[in-house]
Amino acid sequence: MPESKYLLFLGCVIPYRISSYEISTRKVLDKLGVELVEMPEFNCCGFPLDPINHDMMLTLAARNLCLAEQQNLSIMTLCNGCFGILNHVNKELKEDKKIRGKVNEYLKKIDMEFKGTITVKHLIHVLAQDVGFEKIKESIQKPLNPLRVAQHIGCHVVRPAKYVGFDDPENPTILKKLIRITGAECLNYMDEMECCGAPIIGVNDKIPLQLAREKLDHIRTVGAQALITVCPFCHMMYDLNQPRIEKTFNEKFGIPVLHYPQLLGLAMGLNPDELAFKQLRVDASKILTN
Amino acid sequence: MLKNKETQEKETRKEMMLKVSDIDPKFKYEISKLPGAENVLLCFQCGTCTADCPIARFNDLYRPRKLIRMVQLGLKDKLLSNDVIWLCSTCFTCIDHCPQDVGIADIVRALRNLTTKEGEMPVVYKELASNIRKTGYAYMIPGLRLKKREEEGLPSLPKANVENLAKLCDTTGLSKMLEKVGT
Repeated sequence: MPESKYLLFLGCVIPYRISSYEISTRKVLDKLGVELVEMPEFNCCGFPLDPINHDMMLTLAARNLCLAEQQNLSIMTLCNGCFGILNHVNKELKEDKKIRGKVNEYLKKIDMEFKGTITVKHLIHVLAQDVGFEKIKESIQKPLNPLRVAQHIGCHVVRPAKYVGFDDPENPTILKKLIRITGAECLNYMDEMECCGAPIIGVNDKIPLQLAREKLDHIRTVGAQALITVCPFCHMMYDLNQPRIEKTFNEKFGIPVLHYPQLLGLAMGLNPDELAFKQLRVDASKILTN
Repeated sequence: MLKNKETQEKETRKEMMLKVSDIDPKFKYEISKLPGAENVLLCFQCGTCTADCPIARFNDLYRPRKLIRMVQLGLKDKLLSNDVIWLCSTCFTCIDHCPQDVGIADIVRALRNLTTKEGEMPVVYKELASNIRKTGYAYMIPGLRLKKREEEGLPSLPKANVENLAKLCDTTGLSKMLEKVGT
């Protein structure tokens, strides 16, 4: 039987500046009967530490996995980065006894041990696999047609394929299906798998801004009225940084960027205020009048 | 004073010339022992990684194929002092597309790890690591945000066990590393 109760792993960037994603997710999952349990304790998934010290990344991730094991609950993340790290480490520690031994040696210092009893999922896995398309379809009260949007699924929720094993990283379709359920049209555009560039913005901002500009340009070309994301980092690049992109390249986009649960919530009949639309940097009111 | 074209070209040529003394023949073996980098010797330089790299499209210096070749040649010093190793955005396209199953992004991570071991890292990573060690979170979440969560009806944020975190930072060597870079 599919699970319906998860330990919510919020990560760092959502509580720091993207709470619209958290608010809309909680609203939508509540409607779908998915129960979320809060983490009893928290530390960063480990992603930012991988470039500095791989062992510390493994250990931080493993500690979160242990906390979930103690609750006997699988983890659900909202962030692609957290999903990528926690899922990768979970699988690696389950399969590789040597690495597991090493990490458990570190964890001994805090009386913890990785056992390998849970799984890690991203919000879109929970929606597509556990809740299921049928149940989501039944929850739709206000189909969003004739809204035309484009999706950006992000990298770490599909790559590297050998660790994720979900959807096709060359041509991912799950988010598109989830979008189409809402009644909105999901448009194809050039270079859909292009990375947002967010992970290096602290080292070099020129490249990520160019990448994000190009994506906005491509989706504008096909006439998308909004971009749909499922990761706070990607969202930050296209929404929070959109005014900066416009200034840097002297170009006007004004393309609203919604978290998928905001889009789904609208189709469920929830009102935009409940879904924290006001917190978006790029004004989304023009798509709400549809 | 601006250098004339001829001098510049001369300097670039000099820079590009490889000397036997620059080569550390054991480096490729050192790297291939690190997690994800096991297949570094299998790279046959097809260039798929560079062709498909989103960063390489917007930056003339970041070339994953070249980095892997430099590892194979043992150009350790040139690699570890090179700022371009910090440009990989870990989209993992290179890993998915490599016909030889070379963990290119993982090798770049291994190069970064070796660089930080020598006591060098970009400022942003110092900040992130120090925030995590102090609070469990990668960013310092302002009190105002926590208050706003209450107003928005969101549950209070889970706290970190800072004592345990410090123990893990010590045992994995992160604390020492941060001391070395002055954080």
